[in-house]
Amino acid sequence: MNMSFDHFASPSDPHTLRRLRDRLGLAAEAHGLLDVAYTTIDSPVGALLLAATPKGLVRVAYAVEDHDRVLDTLAQRLSWRVLRAPQRLDAAQRELDEYFSGRRQAFDLPLDLSLSRGFRQLVQQHLPQISYGQTRTYGQVAQLVGSPKAVRAVGTACATNPLPVVVPCHRVLRADGTPGGYVGGPDTKKALLRLEQAGGTA
Amino acid sequence: MKQPFEKVVEQHGGTVLRVCRVIVGEHDAEDAWSETFLAAMRAYPDLPDDANAEAWLVKIAHRKAIDVLRSRARRPAPVREIPEAPTDLGLPGAGDGELWQAVAALPDKQRQAVAYHYVAGLAYAEIADILGGSTDAARRAAADGIKNLRKNYPGAAMEGAPS
Repeated sequence: MNMSFDHFASPSDPHTLRRLRDRLGLAAEAHGLLDVAYTTIDSPVGALLLAATPKGLVRVAYAVEDHDRVLDTLAQRLSWRVLRAPQRLDAAQRELDEYFSGRRQAFDLPLDLSLSRGFRQLVQQHLPQISYGQTRTYGQVAQLVGSPKAVRAVGTACATNPLPVVVPCHRVLRADGTPGGYVGGPDTKKALLRLEQAGGTA
Repeated sequence: MKQPFEKVVEQHGGTVLRVCRVIVGEHDAEDAWSETFLAAMRAYPDLPDDANAEAWLVKIAHRKAIDVLRSRARRPAPVREIPEAPTDLGLPGAGDGELWQAVAALPDKQRQAVAYHYVAGLAYAEIADILGGSTDAARRAAADGIKNLRKNYPGAAMEGAPS
């Protein structure tokens, strides 16, 4: 039975569906259903996924983290109601563009740290105190948060930072001055440090 | 495995759009699509992990299409808005206007059964769950729908069909 129902498809469907999906994002936001909005942007350190809850920016992810897996994790941990809806990420995208072009040294965005708990979240809350172009060792950060012996735990908190770049875990180095690990890979960490060494004149 | 809702839209958005076109016509299909996915997003956290997402979406689209048809019936404007010039709507091929008319002229159950089986690819048991009634009744409705379409729309591509 091969009646051709291709007649009900249209060559303009991809365009129509893009428009309908944009409209869905706006309607979901208006109805309070947009638990997690995300977009992807290009940056000098590769594609970045940005995700926000109504509370604020909740995740920045590098391509090496596998954006599909990141979305799966956000859905499981936060809400299944995840939609590509770039408008909620407009401010974050603008500030990151400014940062990567050397025109911004600190981020002024509401953050949602709910992907972290306890000591890790405490460390992540303190990291923005390390200012642009500065670095600290894991031990110094341990002192900063009042747990001078928790050097390894600080390392874990940096490694599990859900908001790299914006929460500047790249400014935390090993005691011997080598960069140490980084969620975006060691080269990305070095690239961010170089950008900040250029003092915003890049 | 359950997916983020964005993936559901990505995978099934096109099929739901075609189903909506068949059920409510080109003019109202986009409203039906939007209502369907907004309602689906609201209910999605409660959808069981192993559910057939497409059958679930078609079931929602079925209800939303009925709402759209009812609100259209209340409008003072002409009830049927069948396009006379289908190329204006970006639909390929000549003579499609006749297919639209033939589909629009089908009794509701037949049109729905045809859409859910031939456009969405649902099994008759799933269609019976949406329309109510038995699996056999769903199969008969689709078969009668196809028979009527052949009678009223001789231009339909019939290759491979039994004569």
